[in-house]
Amino acid sequence: MTLDVFAPWEDPTEKPLIQFKGVTKRYGSFTAIDNLTQDIYAREFFALLGPSGCGKTTMMRMLAGFETPTEGQILIAGQDMAAVPPNERAVNMMFQSYALFPHLSIWDNIAFGLRRMKMPKAQIEERVEDMLRLTRMTQFSRRKPHQVSGGQRQRVALARSLARAPKLLLLDEPLGALDKKLREETQFELMDIQEKTGTTFVIVTHDQEEAMTVASRVAVMDHGKIIQVSTPPKIYEEPNSVYVADFIGDVNIIEGAAHKTSDDGYDIKWAEGQEPIHAKTTAVLNEGQKAFVALRPEKISIAEEKPEGAVNAVKGKIIDIGYLGNISTYHVELPGGVMVKAQATNTRRLSRRNFSWEDEVWLSWTLTAASVLER
Amino acid sequence: MMRRLFLISVPYLWLLALFLIPFVIVLKIALSDTALSIPPYTPQIDISAGWEGLKGFFAALDMENFVWLTEDDLYWKAYVSSLKIATISTLLALLVGYPIAYGMAQAPQEWRATLMMLIILPFWTSFLIRVYAWMGILSQEGLLNQLLMGLGLISDPLIILNTNTAVYIGIVYTYLPFMILPIYSALEKLDASLLEAAEDLGCSRFKAFWLVTIPLSKGGIIAGSFLVFIPAIGEFVIPSLLGGSSTLMIGKVLWEEFFSNRDWPVAAAVAVVLLLILIIPIILFQRNEQKQREAE
Ligand SMILES: Nc1ncnc2c1ncn2[C@@H]1O[C@H](COP(=O)(O)OP(=O)(O)O)[C@@H](O)[C@H]1O
Ligand SMILES: [Mg+2]
Repeated sequence: MTLDVFAPWEDPTEKPLIQFKGVTKRYGSFTAIDNLTQDIYAREFFALLGPSGCGKTTMMRMLAGFETPTEGQILIAGQDMAAVPPNERAVNMMFQSYALFPHLSIWDNIAFGLRRMKMPKAQIEERVEDMLRLTRMTQFSRRKPHQVSGGQRQRVALARSLARAPKLLLLDEPLGALDKKLREETQFELMDIQEKTGTTFVIVTHDQEEAMTVASRVAVMDHGKIIQVSTPPKIYEEPNSVYVADFIGDVNIIEGAAHKTSDDGYDIKWAEGQEPIHAKTTAVLNEGQKAFVALRPEKISIAEEKPEGAVNAVKGKIIDIGYLGNISTYHVELPGGVMVKAQATNTRRLSRRNFSWEDEVWLSWTLTAASVLER
Repeated sequence: MMRRLFLISVPYLWLLALFLIPFVIVLKIALSDTALSIPPYTPQIDISAGWEGLKGFFAALDMENFVWLTEDDLYWKAYVSSLKIATISTLLALLVGYPIAYGMAQAPQEWRATLMMLIILPFWTSFLIRVYAWMGILSQEGLLNQLLMGLGLISDPLIILNTNTAVYIGIVYTYLPFMILPIYSALEKLDASLLEAAEDLGCSRFKAFWLVTIPLSKGGIIAGSFLVFIPAIGEFVIPSLLGGSSTLMIGKVLWEEFFSNRDWPVAAAVAVVLLLILIIPIILFQRNEQKQREAE
């Protein structure tokens, strides 16, 4: 059996649905989007991730047609969108605030976009009922938006933006208002809907877990630039910069000087009198160049004795323990005062655990566990 | 408990003192007959005559004046004409006021307070002086005609003063702020992302205005319309100063009955009927407010 992996960005013959070509957006002298070039493919679930104010909403608004690029071009299905107003784009947006019409019932909110398409009445009814069923809102259809809960409003907003069967659906922090449990449920619902309808989704979020869960590719942004675009596992395992490594999940960053070794890896000298860190990497570094070792806490093993034959092993002292139920995070101080977080699964009950505060422990990790980053 | 009773009784006492008691007095006059005395109507309550006197007093009251209002067609014509003038003025005020309110709501935040001041500013000068000023503007040798003739747009002066047109101009001018302010307050609250959502769902700018902005400012439109319509219907100063002899409004009729004819009972009957006519829109207005509040 061959598993057909969805990866149109790796296929050079595939035509992208959306193309940003050198797009810059300025507000006065402030640059919100900075010379951005990016392709997004049909049927993708593309997540924009980044801190508040980095330009995520601005990118969405340019796709929807509410803002025009100061420089550069945006193409959708090969067509330059510069002169196309929002109401003539096959794009729908689910607004951060939902923007449901308060004077219309939920039914009429969903039908709003369909009525503008001059669709026959019977067909509108059918489509609205379909959307209500999809978002499980059928029994509330006669209510006004202010008469349903926040989570239900969010589903109505989704139904309304999906009703016109857009080529591209933009979701601006769609789940921000929901509590954790409902949010997780809705994430899977979104993925399900995306699969069923075959729509291309671009989702904005500042929640990295959410981006990792739903997206086919994640773009990490900072100050109007995309720093890295990759699939969730790749962006987690192979970040291209300290910024991305730090933004996605928990990470230890150890700074040092790189020295080439014989086995296409590097030794990173990180503290006087300590064994350098050995890491295998595809990065090409100059001799003695400043480099950063990015090491995920869960990739570090923690032991009482020095492990036999470990490539990297350092001794440290436990300063703090964060108990999270299923796992514990150990904050370990290395010689020279460097703090490192290591995670271990709590396979045993609390009373039978090995390590305690002030214990001397050995931390170890493999040759390929860490990434070596230039910046 | 006492405290609550007190708090509840305050507005009722207010209503009793400022509305109900005057109304009962006016109603009593309306049921009386004219007389050459001071005050010019009869009967008067004579408390010293005791129970018998009170019985005689009530026996002397009758509906004669109300019957009279239906017999002379001057009155119902005046009512109908007032309703017509008030309705047209309200529509004109809406037509002028809505774009102004819309413009104010679209203006940058830092300008809005100033614009609001400009709307309220005319209230700082006397209403009478402003109406007299309109006489100066609209008369045959007035500023408007001078300007238009100076520009060569017309060769003979327009006759505006002492026509219904002048009355419309006067009412719209005077009550425009009452139209603008509630509409502005509704439009200011309007979430701009709703319009973007409408455009996103396939509306042109104009269609979005029609389907979103107008319905969501409906409360303001209704409130503003009532605030113009209710005082306009009983308006007296504007039709007497700007209107002509053919301008028929119930406020003017009332004034003439009262001061020219010294027929207080008929004047009082006219006032009572006017009040009844006004109560209908006031109740409708209250309903609208209530519904608005429930919707929020
Ligand atoms: N209309 C505007 N005028 C001026 N600055 C704006 C405007 N819209 C957004 N910005 C600025 O552009 C930057 C990016 O905004 P936005 O795209 O909304 O960020 P986010 O990633 O949080 O969605 C922010 O610093 C914001 O202040
Ligand atoms: Mg945003």
